[in-house]
Amino acid sequence: MWKWLHPYAKTERAYQLCQRLLPWFTLSGLVLIVVGAIWALAFSPADYQQGDSYRIFHIHVPSAILSKSLYMGMASAAFVGLVWQIKTSFMSMVAFAPVGAAITFISLITGAAWGKPMWGTWWEWDARMTSQLVLLFLFLGVMALYKAFDDKEQGSKAAAVMAIVGIINLPIIHYSVEWWNTLHQGATLLKLEKPSMPVEMLLPFLVSLFGWSFCCVSIVLLRIQNEIISRELKRPWVIALANQQVKNSS
Amino acid sequence: MSGLIALFKRDLSVAFQQRSELMQPILFFVLVVSLFPLGVGPESAILQKMGPGVIWVAAILSSLLGMERLFKDDFQDGSLEQIILSGMSLPAVALIKVLVHWLTSIFPLILLSPLWALFLYLSEPMYWALVWTLLLGTPILSLIGAIAVGLTVGLNKGGVLLALLLLPMFIPVLIFATAAVESASLDLAYNGQLAIIGAMFLFSLALAPFAIAYALRVSQT
Repeated sequence: MWKWLHPYAKTERAYQLCQRLLPWFTLSGLVLIVVGAIWALAFSPADYQQGDSYRIFHIHVPSAILSKSLYMGMASAAFVGLVWQIKTSFMSMVAFAPVGAAITFISLITGAAWGKPMWGTWWEWDARMTSQLVLLFLFLGVMALYKAFDDKEQGSKAAAVMAIVGIINLPIIHYSVEWWNTLHQGATLLKLEKPSMPVEMLLPFLVSLFGWSFCCVSIVLLRIQNEIISRELKRPWVIALANQQVKNSS
Repeated sequence: MSGLIALFKRDLSVAFQQRSELMQPILFFVLVVSLFPLGVGPESAILQKMGPGVIWVAAILSSLLGMERLFKDDFQDGSLEQIILSGMSLPAVALIKVLVHWLTSIFPLILLSPLWALFLYLSEPMYWALVWTLLLGTPILSLIGAIAVGLTVGLNKGGVLLALLLLPMFIPVLIFATAAVESASLDLAYNGQLAIIGAMFLFSLALAPFAIAYALRVSQT
């Protein structure tokens, strides 16, 4: 099994793999997002309690789920990179971080926009919101640490250590925040009683969840390619690739 | 072992020779704590309610301030490299460094804590809870902080970056410490919170030295 995986430690092969996967993820992601959005906005029924404003759920929940998956992805890439010293793994870790930060930010913004009509407040120091905010800080920390180094190799190693320290801390932070909130004020507003979702609402949600996931994958793939190209600028295969591009466009 | 003891003695004496730097975290702490009564008004009820949080936030900030120096001098004059090459176990060295840092820049804050209790009108049970949480909790700050300091030691732009990396990591300690003091203010038992802080301390004591050692190796290349 490992023999199959090994060649992708080489940047050229990893680049080609990204190139091959990219159109599939982009296309299916975009189609699913469009289908999911139209379905959710126009055809699925309004919630009997929350009215139409519940529809932001179809962006909010996928982004909240994906933010954690992207952190997991980043930390796993960091772990693989540190243990087996694989360069492409560090590059994909670097590619995960900004996408994760953006998705976390989206989940916070859509949460605030949903919270205003439902709970009457943009922000509440609720456990979930607070731990999401901390997650954003963790993403930003990894990005800032990577950017602070001139030597990309060293920077990505340092950022990888920080990402792993973060993933160990994340559950501790999550549970301590949950504990803190229940200690201070108890769930009053935020006991959002989840009505078990009817199928007409669940299906468009699943479609948009997969759409968002595929789109995130394709953005990450693009960023990995970008990272490979910018770090391997002087390699012959990159130069050949650039020449090919110039020839095609002229 | 004798090498580690020698290192401990050397670091302590170096720290005591730089007395002005030794005073900085303490002065910073006093200033931050005394700004709060000026900012929110001198009513004793408000200050007592906010006191534990204020003291803990100030302790976190002043530990950040002192942390930057943890490996900096040794890194710049090359002695860190010599220590790595000396064959001493690097995690043990890291642990000694963290211990010296805690003794010189955080322990004095705990020694002076009766003063803060007085400033912020803490009751006696609150004061004892505060001392216990500080004793168990601040070593966690030093241990986790040293990882990030080790990673950024080669950079000339520590400050804000260090705060961005570390402040989110310190949230659990802050939450449980202030919760313990709050329980104490209601005359409730606070062993539970102390036990959790103690668990976090032991956990970081077990793992952090290895992460610090790795961080120092990354910075050295």
